[in-house]
Amino acid sequence: MLSAVQQFGQFGLTFSRKVGISGIFLFNVLFRRPKLQRSFPLLIEQLYFIGVFSLIIIMLSALFIGMVVSLQGHNTLQRFGADQELGELLALSVTRELAPVITALLFAGRAGTSLTAEIGLMRATDQLDSMEMMAVDPLWRIISPRFWAGLISAPILTLIFDMVAIYGGYLVGVKWLGVDSGSFWSNMQASVGFYDDVINGVIKSLVFGFVVTWIAVYQGYYTAPNAMGIGRATTKTVVYSSLAILALDFMLTSVMLKNW
Amino acid sequence: MTETLVGLFMILGIVALGFMAIQVSGLSWYAHKANYYKVTADFDNIGGLKVRAPVMIAGVSVGEVANIVLNASDYRARVTLLVDQDKAKLPTDTSASIYTQGLLGSNYINLSPGYADTFLANGGLIETTNSAVILEKLIGQFLYSFQSKPSQEK
Repeated sequence: MLSAVQQFGQFGLTFSRKVGISGIFLFNVLFRRPKLQRSFPLLIEQLYFIGVFSLIIIMLSALFIGMVVSLQGHNTLQRFGADQELGELLALSVTRELAPVITALLFAGRAGTSLTAEIGLMRATDQLDSMEMMAVDPLWRIISPRFWAGLISAPILTLIFDMVAIYGGYLVGVKWLGVDSGSFWSNMQASVGFYDDVINGVIKSLVFGFVVTWIAVYQGYYTAPNAMGIGRATTKTVVYSSLAILALDFMLTSVMLKNW
Repeated sequence: MTETLVGLFMILGIVALGFMAIQVSGLSWYAHKANYYKVTADFDNIGGLKVRAPVMIAGVSVGEVANIVLNASDYRARVTLLVDQDKAKLPTDTSASIYTQGLLGSNYINLSPGYADTFLANGGLIETTNSAVILEKLIGQFLYSFQSKPSQEK
């Protein structure tokens, strides 16, 4: 009995300590003395690895998700004679929920894991320590550009997801299933609000991008410096990111729902 | 090469934002145009009318609902409409009514222009209005009259 309480207390202490460490870590990454001239090329390089490389998987999954939402929606709406509302259904479900959440989940799987593994291997092979020996701050040189690149990429990828998914839904709904093109777009435009739906989706994705990259770089930076540690850190990145995304999505939606 | 691709990635993001703004959400340009009418109309009951609902004349969309507030002095709903001046000029005896698209559709405002030679100025008030038809109220009235009839005959 007492040992169970003791274990619970130990868990609480470890948890609080980790939250504290990750908070201080985040503060140190965000509030570096800016060296814009030299940081910019590093940021571009990371945008290339994080943003551009994620583009293909995001666009392909967006296309298929838009197509399947259109197919399912048409099948159900048709029974009520409301297949003209397909555009509304597609655009609202994509901009409000599917685009931010699925982009963030794919982003965690594609970019988050590679960040963790890369930084974790640098830790395991003492590259981070040797940088410090050469008076190069690893937080500035390694972590900061990756963090900002993730934060910038996530909303851009979400907007691209929006566009491709709606185009995919248009292809299936209008070109294949024969919904009237005019009512498809005009019903969509009448129901989707730019600030209420599109911008709120982008705000969601900004929060998700922030959390995913934070978890990824933290797990990489504080990994146990061996092969098993890197594997475990990579797994943790995916698990924690996915849970954080889904939980935060519920909270953000409940706050934003007032306007809908 | 890297920088070119990152630049293209950024441009693609901006294109997507433009697509979402114009093609998907139909971001309204009414408010930024110089040539629009702003007219108000007071309704007893607006039913389920929402901001950005269409304003139609003879079924043709000519503008949108810009604002809905409760007029504190007489407890009626004051609805502000934006009407495109290029599409329609409203005579002073125009009447406004709230209709429903289909049986369960969303509400819109229908304007029936009158025959006056003078036109409403910007910020003018539409005098004649018809409230929204509340379906539940109609059913209630129907049931009430249905029930009370047999008792009168006895």
